[in-house]
Amino acid sequence: MNETPKPNSFRSGPDEDGRFGIFGGRFVAETLMPLILVLQGEWEKAKNDPAFQKELADLGAHYIGRPSPLYFAERLTEHLGGAKIYFKREELNHTGSHKINNCIGQILLAKRMGKTRIIAETGAGQHGVASATVAARFGFPCVVYMGATDVQRQAPNVFRMKLLGAEVRPVTAGHGTLKDAMNEALRDWVTNVDDTYYLIGTAAGPHPYPEMVRDFQSVIGTEARAQLLEAEGRLPDVVIAAVGGGSNAIGIFHPFLDDDSVRIVGVEAGGRGLQGVEHCASITAGTPGVLHGNRTYLLQDGDGQILEGHSISAGLDYPGIGPEHSWLHSIGRAEYVPIMDDEALDAFQMLTRLEGIIPALEPSHALAEVIKRAPKMGKDEIILMNLSGRGDKDIFTVGKILGMEL
Amino acid sequence: MTARMDKRFAALKAEGRPALITYIMGGDPDFETSLGIMKALPDAGADLIELGMPFSDPMADGPAVQMAGQRALKDGQTLAKTLELASRFREGDTETPIVMMGYYNPIYVYGVERFLDDVIASGIDGLIVVDLPPEMDDELCIPALAKGVNFIRLATPTTDDKRLPAVLKNTSGFVYYVSMNGITGSALPDPSLIGGAVKRIKGHTALPVCVGFGVKTADHAKAIGAAADGVVVGSAIVSQIAGSLTKDGKAGPDTVAAVATLVRGLATGVRAARLVAAE
Repeated sequence: MNETPKPNSFRSGPDEDGRFGIFGGRFVAETLMPLILVLQGEWEKAKNDPAFQKELADLGAHYIGRPSPLYFAERLTEHLGGAKIYFKREELNHTGSHKINNCIGQILLAKRMGKTRIIAETGAGQHGVASATVAARFGFPCVVYMGATDVQRQAPNVFRMKLLGAEVRPVTAGHGTLKDAMNEALRDWVTNVDDTYYLIGTAAGPHPYPEMVRDFQSVIGTEARAQLLEAEGRLPDVVIAAVGGGSNAIGIFHPFLDDDSVRIVGVEAGGRGLQGVEHCASITAGTPGVLHGNRTYLLQDGDGQILEGHSISAGLDYPGIGPEHSWLHSIGRAEYVPIMDDEALDAFQMLTRLEGIIPALEPSHALAEVIKRAPKMGKDEIILMNLSGRGDKDIFTVGKILGMEL
Repeated sequence: MTARMDKRFAALKAEGRPALITYIMGGDPDFETSLGIMKALPDAGADLIELGMPFSDPMADGPAVQMAGQRALKDGQTLAKTLELASRFREGDTETPIVMMGYYNPIYVYGVERFLDDVIASGIDGLIVVDLPPEMDDELCIPALAKGVNFIRLATPTTDDKRLPAVLKNTSGFVYYVSMNGITGSALPDPSLIGGAVKRIKGHTALPVCVGFGVKTADHAKAIGAAADGVVVGSAIVSQIAGSLTKDGKAGPDTVAAVATLVRGLATGVRAARLVAAE
């Protein structure tokens, strides 16, 4: 393979066809193609419109609660005895995760486009709750597709969505997880093209979604970068985030991509181990393929059939990953590592006891990587981790595994 | 490869009737039964055969075609075996055009060049790949056309006049007009609307325009056939297969016959179509 020269910037993608290197693109049925072209045009206009940006910022400040704090985890740092650990506290956002950042942005776009109905897919239910929330706030009817397995293991979020007025449609195809929910949402969209806005929750899907979701989530990294410069007068040595589809990760990574000294680490769900099929480590153990509108790393068999995967965390239980992550991996700008179910569970408990913060199982994967790395680093070094969601939704899952009565 | 399809449409034009295009999922419910069904189609009145390539995540398909794909995959169907189905069919039929239809990922994983070589070797005449719009022509469409394999594009109600030329630019064989916004197997829309849509597309191309999505009965076939160069029937056929299976999902004694009976009825509808148009 020819050596590709280092790009001037790692932040200029995608190109006009929505490609990050060979990844990304617009692999959709003709029915949807005109819609995503219109969406792209509207998004281009909106992002350059000061009125849109002002409304986004106002809602960010007063509805979501931005900026989210940057928190020095003193006791965890002491306990691990190495690098200083900072958390970007996205779990303190309204609705309890980073998902709301993207939902507020896209609902403003839907309103601008004159759409009257919102559909969304959800895995852990965090994006479903955030979608139902913004739909309630802006007066849209909302249908959320959720795998039947996830409906079972994320019951509190199902109830929240219903309280918010959304209709939750369980999807029984496949293993009944995020992939199947996304298929069903696409089928809805292809059927209801005139009035419906598809609010994709992660930085994946056909162009312009990966770019748009990234831009809405980049507020995380932009704030964290400024906050850390303020607190420490320097940039972090490592930035770590969990990756399912990868929206919280690309949100915190993107503003640091051109800072050469900053190592970027994405943490994939290693599930029960990478030997078999019970994991969701698309980059570590997958191969490039085309699914849900984009080319990216996928878990698939030799015939190109998509595998189901497994993770303790519903939010990471997806056989693909956002295309920009695949590109960052392919050019070596970011590294991606797996964390197993039990390691995430240990990290979940450690943070709860040491810092009084109950994290979601998704960022518990990132935390487990922090726990591995921090002791090997110097005390003058800094790790920044995206604490992307709170763990209230996971207490039933965790309780069951730990054998605790609830 | 383009010759067989062009010849078939020219013959139908001379005959003054639309084509009946029948869709089956390759390997549904198993390889041998699927081959048996495929062989029975031309005698029952099918003019072209669409051969589905099963995919785990068929995002544009309704429940009937989804389940057909699942049955095939469960029985071990692969893209290589679907190609083999076509070449086995060709041993006994060198006239009926075959179009492979499916999603891009299995082809991408198989390797585009290798796939196209095997397509040609298997006697396949064209490809329909649902998730490759014109914006993605470099992936498969251009390489296919370079090797003489037809690339048949879907046009939909959302494809407006501004976009139509781009959709038709690299299309060959025929244009597949999807009669509604939705997934396969939904309810049939008003045939009178379809006539207008076909006319609109014909304003931009000399290719035959065939209509699918929602055609289930001989009456549908007759009504749609009056306005189009061909009628595509898919979900009704795979549902007929589903209905003929044993309790444990295996091929029943009448599976092939049940499909042939349905197709004979549809063929009658198609053959009556232009009589309606002439009235």
